[in-house]
Amino acid sequence: MANQENTLIEIEGLYQIFGPQADKVLPKVQAGASKDEVLAETGHTVGLQDINLSIEKGEIFVIMGLSGSGKSTLIRHFNRLIDPTAGKIKVNGHDIMQLPMKELTEFRRHKMSMVFQHFGLLPHRTVVENVGYGLSIKGLKKAEWEDKAKSWLETVGLAGYEEQYPSQLSGGQQQRVGLARALCTDAEILLMDEAFSALDPLIRYDMQSQLIELQENLHKTIIFITHDLDEALRLGDRIAVLKDGKLVQVGKPVDIILNPADDYVRAFAKDVNRARALFVKNVMTAETPICEAEADLATLIEQYGIAYRVVSEGEFEACCECTSAGQGHWYKVPSLKRGQLLQEILPTMLGSKLALPVIDKQQQLCGFLNHQELAKMLQLPSQLEAA
Amino acid sequence: MADASWLTEFPDMSRRELLAIRKSLDGAYRDFSREYGDTIETLFDPLLSFLVWFENLLIQTPWWIILVVITAIVHLATRSWKLSTGVVVSMLLIGYFGMWEDTMRTLSIITVCTLMSIALGIPIGILMSRSDRAQSIVTPLLDVMQTMPAFVYLIPVVMLLGIGKIPGVIAVVIYAIPPVIRLTNLGIRLVSKEILEAATAYGATPSQRLFGVQLPLAMPTIMAGINQTIMMALAMVVIASMIGVKGLGQPVLKSITNQYFTLGLMNGLAIVALAIMFDRVSQSYAKRTQRHLEGQDHG
Ligand SMILES: Nc1ncnc2c1ncn2[C@@H]1O[C@H](COP(=O)(O)OP(=O)(O)OP(=O)(O)O)[C@@H](O)[C@H]1O
Ligand SMILES: [Mg+2]
Repeated sequence: MANQENTLIEIEGLYQIFGPQADKVLPKVQAGASKDEVLAETGHTVGLQDINLSIEKGEIFVIMGLSGSGKSTLIRHFNRLIDPTAGKIKVNGHDIMQLPMKELTEFRRHKMSMVFQHFGLLPHRTVVENVGYGLSIKGLKKAEWEDKAKSWLETVGLAGYEEQYPSQLSGGQQQRVGLARALCTDAEILLMDEAFSALDPLIRYDMQSQLIELQENLHKTIIFITHDLDEALRLGDRIAVLKDGKLVQVGKPVDIILNPADDYVRAFAKDVNRARALFVKNVMTAETPICEAEADLATLIEQYGIAYRVVSEGEFEACCECTSAGQGHWYKVPSLKRGQLLQEILPTMLGSKLALPVIDKQQQLCGFLNHQELAKMLQLPSQLEAA
Repeated sequence: MADASWLTEFPDMSRRELLAIRKSLDGAYRDFSREYGDTIETLFDPLLSFLVWFENLLIQTPWWIILVVITAIVHLATRSWKLSTGVVVSMLLIGYFGMWEDTMRTLSIITVCTLMSIALGIPIGILMSRSDRAQSIVTPLLDVMQTMPAFVYLIPVVMLLGIGKIPGVIAVVIYAIPPVIRLTNLGIRLVSKEILEAATAYGATPSQRLFGVQLPLAMPTIMAGINQTIMMALAMVVIASMIGVKGLGQPVLKSITNQYFTLGLMNGLAIVALAIMFDRVSQSYAKRTQRHLEGQDHG
């Protein structure tokens, strides 16, 4: 799936060791010593070890992990705020470790922008000047960036605060200023370090929706850090889980929930609200028991427990019992869409006795969903253990 | 048996050797100053002529024009009627008690010394903040400059350049420059790492970082350093008058030798008045330019 042409950022064999003699400690870490061992023996902190990643153009790539697992350290490598102890960082196929100072500055001005965990706003500049910072630093005049900065401020819901100083805003408001500042530069890659963590749940949900909407229009590549799995599942096209500076799993949201790589990931996924994280397509049976001739009906029902026939485009009738001659009673059933969240289809499912058909964007049948599968999927792992 | 006197008396170097060391060092320095004194003096000529020009300007301009200009500067810097009135009243009192000319002399030398301290001190402070190596070299030097009695470094300066304004300025600057260097260094080092990272992440060049982020954010600390530098320069006025710097210090010196208490007190009070003026004005200027800090107390 990591298709070469679409790959935007590639990280190979990345190590980050904090301490005065990182180079000397490196072989030990490469040999597989754990973070605690290295700390005890040498006093060096292992920030990251052997990270290999490729991030595709246009995706939202979420990095998750507990506090101290190295998320902020990792994201700081993408624009070289920190230089790695070892490893390669390629953007668009160019190794940015090789860039001379001047080109690195240009690269930062045009390619990437960043939202900081602790906002990183300039306290001596007003809110609107902060939002326009990326543009003003490129040498644009205030008149040239002011309108744009104002319109982004409005987008994040802070119209009217232009002339305030950051210290006069609340934490959540400051975070939104940081977001507006990142969006204002039109950079292709957005680095977001816990960009929503200072927001209250309402605004947070709202900003997530805005980000998704924005992404639909702008198709940026977003690297998003969070320690909230629900947020990761909602936003992420793919999720990487970090533990003590190591990547333990990279995969689609469903993989994280349904096939956790180890106990650490399982612990993360344990209490997530699956109805809000999984889609119909993740749970459905991807078979299409369409009955075209009455003679087939009995075999279909025997095989799948259900058969459908098309009434009109996107509308189906279902049948679950028949005589051997193919006589059965057909019921009209509502259809589900592939991309719906389980939460959205629960009422429909509960209102129906029969397994329901699932259609794709072209209104064609692409699978069906039955109650047993759904119930199994919604059961939390903790309940399974108890049972 | 060996003589055991080292137990009771410190086994010091013999007087003769010590004398030889002192003689040869003094001789070497004297030769050096004879050889290069004139050249070094000519290096300072532009500064000297500026000093003389500035002093004459302050003395020869009619007093009321000076008063108006000073008040205007104070008001522009502080926007406070209270401070401006205070300045006018103290200047009038100083003039009324016959200390106008000496005050102008002191004002001119303090202004020049402060400007020089800032011009030298801030770049040195910036350098120190950028490299731990520079910091570890400069810090002990500053410690020496601040603790070494002023009289001690007056000696070589006077040997080299004789008595007059320039040695006075050098002595004052040596004494007064450490705070501005230290606090520039400190202020820049205290700038939050994440704010600096943010500037870097958006593509700020090192000079954009310095002038756009580090210096503005370090400004309150730097201003505190400048303020202290001014105060220390004023405190040096009396000592500097010993090597021929004219101004409020000389009458004080005279009153010490002749036991004129009132003369000493009046000139001392004039120095205090100048100090308070400089202090309040620079502080309220600093505060006015740091408007963004206002919200922070309750933020
Ligand atoms: N400059 C540094 N010097 C030494 N150690 C560091 C430095 N920066 C980070 N570390 C160490 O690297 C590890 C990862 O830190 P990092 O800030 O990346 O964590 P994080 O995953 O972002 O955590 P959080 O969720 O709390 O933000 C920590 O153990 C930390 O002590
Ligand atoms: Mg972090």
